[in-house]
Amino acid sequence: MSLIRMSSPHVYKANSTANVMRLVTLAMLPGVLAMTVFFGWGTLIQIVWASLLALGFEAAMLKLRKRPLGFYLGDFSAVVTAALIAVSLPPLAPWWLTGVGVFVAIVIAKHLYGGLGQNPFNPAMVAYALLLISFPVEMTRWNAPFVLIDGASVASFMDTLGAIFGSVEPAFYDQFTGATPLDELRHRGGLTTEEVWRQSAVLAEGIGAWHAVSAAWLMGGIFLLYRKVITWHAPIAMLATLALLSSMFFGYDPDNYADPLFHMTTGATMLAAFFIITDPVSSATSNRGRLVFGAGIGLLVFIIRTWGNYPDGFAFAVLLMNLAAPFIDLYTQPRSYGHTRANKGRGGNA
Amino acid sequence: MGKVFAFHGGIHPPENKKQSTREPIGQLPLPKRLYVPLQQHIGMAASPIVEVGQTVLKGQLIAEPVGRISAALHAPTSGRVLSIGPHPVPHASGLDSDCICIESDGEDRWVEHQGIEDYAAMERDDLIEHIRQCGIAGMGGAGFPTDVKLHLGDDHIVNTLIINAAECEPYITADDMLMRERADQIIGGIRILHHLIKPSHVIIGIEDNKAHAIHTLEKALKGCELNIDIQVVPTKYPSGGERQLIKLLTDIEVPSGKIPADIGIVCQNVGTMSAVYRAVHFGEPLISRVVTVTGDAVARPQNFEALIGTPFADLLDAANLYEDRLYRLVMGGPMMGVTVEHDQIPVIKTTNCIIAASREEMPPAAPEQPCIRCGMCEQVCPAELLPQQLYWFAKGREFDKAKHHNLFDCIECGACAYVCPSSIPLVQYYRFAKSEIRTEEAEQRKADHARQRFEARQARLEREKAEKEARRKARAEEAAKAQKARKAPEASASGSPELDLNALKTAAAVARTKLKKAQKALDAARESGEGDLSALEAALASAQTSADKAQADLDKAQSGSAAPAGNDGPDIKQLKTAAAVARTKLKKARDALKNAETKGLDGLDKLRATVQELETRADEADKAYQQASGANTQDSAGSEASEAAPVDLKALKQQVSIMRTKLKKSEAALADLEGEERAQAEQALETLRQRHAEADRAFKAAEQAQLDKAAAQGVDLKKLKVDAAMARAAVTKLERSLDKTEEAEARASLESELAAARRKAEELNETLKQHETA
Ligand code: SF4
Ligand code: SF4
Repeated sequence: MSLIRMSSPHVYKANSTANVMRLVTLAMLPGVLAMTVFFGWGTLIQIVWASLLALGFEAAMLKLRKRPLGFYLGDFSAVVTAALIAVSLPPLAPWWLTGVGVFVAIVIAKHLYGGLGQNPFNPAMVAYALLLISFPVEMTRWNAPFVLIDGASVASFMDTLGAIFGSVEPAFYDQFTGATPLDELRHRGGLTTEEVWRQSAVLAEGIGAWHAVSAAWLMGGIFLLYRKVITWHAPIAMLATLALLSSMFFGYDPDNYADPLFHMTTGATMLAAFFIITDPVSSATSNRGRLVFGAGIGLLVFIIRTWGNYPDGFAFAVLLMNLAAPFIDLYTQPRSYGHTRANKGRGGNA
Repeated sequence: MGKVFAFHGGIHPPENKKQSTREPIGQLPLPKRLYVPLQQHIGMAASPIVEVGQTVLKGQLIAEPVGRISAALHAPTSGRVLSIGPHPVPHASGLDSDCICIESDGEDRWVEHQGIEDYAAMERDDLIEHIRQCGIAGMGGAGFPTDVKLHLGDDHIVNTLIINAAECEPYITADDMLMRERADQIIGGIRILHHLIKPSHVIIGIEDNKAHAIHTLEKALKGCELNIDIQVVPTKYPSGGERQLIKLLTDIEVPSGKIPADIGIVCQNVGTMSAVYRAVHFGEPLISRVVTVTGDAVARPQNFEALIGTPFADLLDAANLYEDRLYRLVMGGPMMGVTVEHDQIPVIKTTNCIIAASREEMPPAAPEQPCIRCGMCEQVCPAELLPQQLYWFAKGREFDKAKHHNLFDCIECGACAYVCPSSIPLVQYYRFAKSEIRTEEAEQRKADHARQRFEARQARLEREKAEKEARRKARAEEAAKAQKARKAPEASASGSPELDLNALKTAAAVARTKLKKAQKALDAARESGEGDLSALEAALASAQTSADKAQADLDKAQSGSAAPAGNDGPDIKQLKTAAAVARTKLKKARDALKNAETKGLDGLDKLRATVQELETRADEADKAYQQASGANTQDSAGSEASEAAPVDLKALKQQVSIMRTKLKKSEAALADLEGEERAQAEQALETLRQRHAEADRAFKAAEQAQLDKAAAQGVDLKKLKVDAAMARAAVTKLERSLDKTEEAEARASLESELAAARRKAEELNETLKQHETA
């Protein structure tokens, strides 16, 4: 009799990278739904378009790098990246903008660095940052929530498709697009926060839409936490830092600084907290490391939002902290069982 | 019941325990052949004491332990030794190893054996030896010989005995069933261990999925006077890991690289307890154990009482194996067990479970995907490591970093690999890295060894050269002295020069100087209250030891060389110096003590002890000197009478002068002594005075004799004059340097030199005068 020889363990949890990625996609559903409700078909169209592109680029790269196609495509990670890019872009962004973003994310930020698990930067954020720098006009042309649009109300699916794929008059944009609350607050001139709130329809009425979308992302995040796909460390550290800083400044000078709730619910805060900064590959690895990582992002975002030139600083904050992640790992190595101290700061990182 | 603490991480794999607990522990038909591996654990393999063809009885010793970590082996049944040689054994390496094969005669006849009636009345060591002779070894994990753990009590204080009944691995129920059916034996075993290592507390750690076993244990414990607690811990793999269980039960972590005994804890498995019980009460060696036979490929999963050496095939038969379903055969649990390729592999002392798994049950591992750094491995690692970092390091052969990330604290529990979504065989990577590092280190050790040998050889060559040089010098000196002796026969009375004495003296002097320096530094530090006192004290202590050693060597050498020359009294000089030095040291120490006392510094006791020791040493030196000087005086007297024996005038004179110095010093010292010490010192002074007078008399007599002799010789007057002038100059110079020197030792040696110079000058003067007048 001859049987197979294998090293322990002999059983595994039914758990796979594809599974993890599927769960992440599933958790994005509420957010995507909310965005569709409030901003139209654009988001959905972008997600499908970006996913197709991502799979195409992924397949091409795998072929170039001579890797088994089915095996790696099956891990679903390209789709997650694509979806993240899609929900970060303005829903009516032109098709080529999404295309450039996905190309940068999959080909440059992921595969040129060695593929899944090897990329030091979050691919979606690399793409977003690059687009923001290169195409500021397109990137900030965010369509207004429907509650703000008179008469015409919802743009039809075909109109949206047409807008994205470039067969629609610029007037279309004028009808539908507007500033985001963050933009509004940034370009307020000499007005105090309160005056802006009173004057701006985007803020006064449109904020409800943003609240709803944020709540949806939060739901997805809680689902991920519940399913143990992510740990609480980075999101909570990030949100807490942001809340703390904004409360401090708001408390000190409510005329010039936005309140904490505003910071929590506008821009990409919730999306980033649970879906972007939790990207395991490019973040810090230990629990304590993730606390530091998240707090760092919270701090940077607050700084960029408050004093920087870009409306929302997540892409830059995440990229900067990606850069710092190896060092954070180095200094947050946990204390192992039976050791009195952690071996911090020596050795090195992979 | 105490508190249960938590350990980091852990997983909840499907338990799969129910299948095998439906039936009671079953008995197996006697196997036809039994294969008893000589090595079943780390340490040394046992050495067979039976021969092929020999008949053996059940329980008869068939292999003896070799060395400390080794376990005896016994025949599991009666029969004939068929062979002793390689046979497949259950080991991760899959290699064959030596086994004693016994063909059973079907009678299962016991060798004569006997329990110990009253083990409490037995010598502790004898009882442990009995356990060793019964081949008892840990039956839970590594199969470590139990007697070794019991002896640990000799240099470790054990306050907690932990009985590991957690059995956290899925599938395994051997301990569970044992507890259900033989709780009394387990408690009996615990009693014996309690008697042997006298812990203040015994904790039985058991997972909460064994309600039945907990119940029977509690029943068995009723009325037990010992401090035994049953502690129920939540079911979580690997709570039965020794270190994890300790953390769970005591909240103490076993320091990395240490064993539990180092923190006063000894862990034993329940199976071992029952084995100890049977060994002590019935004299039965460890020849059988409970084995769980389970898995989808057997029809009737069950626990069996199996003889050590029973081939797996027999067990699988008993449980009705479906051959066609069998895909993987695992010995141990699914998390840490090893696969075996062969069903002729025998049960050993650590075989707690055999899983005959079907392909659906334990499918081949999914292909490895890239690590997505999800950190799930980290969340479950009970050793609180960063498994994914370790994986990157192992993969990239960055072993230093892996070590730095505490690779060697990994217990290979497999929890990380269990959860890894990318199906990375993490544990394999760690095993690979560990073995690579071990190989590297072994090579490094070899290299170090070679280097050390080379250096040792180099040092030896140099030492030999130095010794040769020293001998050459010594010979030259000898020759010079001999020449001098021919010129002035009376001066040669000091006998043969001591070869090593000079070197020793130098060494002693150097050591003393060092000691002095250390003392000074310490004093200075104490005065200023700065600096690292403890470090200085340590330095002082070491200087003191080396000084003492040097002095002791010197003394030994001197007494050795003094013995043959004793009649001529040549060593008096050294003895005297030694005595003087000892006294000086004593005084110095006393001063320090007084100083310390007045200032209330710490380390007084140490100083006092030093003073006392110095006192004895000074007394000894004095005594030695007295004896020698007494003999010498007699000698001188004798020589005076006979005029035939040569007299060491020089030595005598020096003696007298040293005595004078000492007298003066003692007088001075007397001034700052008080009370009883003063009385003692006065007495000593009196003795000194007397001795001085005696020595003086002896010297004068001898001198007289010599002068007479010299008068008879012809002398070169001119040369004498020059010599005398030079001698006088030398005296002045020495006097001057003496004035400048403060250190007692240096002074002592200077003084002796000065005395010699004075004597020489005087002699020359005398001779000169005589000749001039003549
Ligand atoms: S569980 Fe696997 S994929 Fe996740 S970090 Fe650990 S090794 Fe990487
Ligand atoms: S096998 Fe090692 S690294 Fe993995 S969980 Fe167990 S102790 Fe931690």
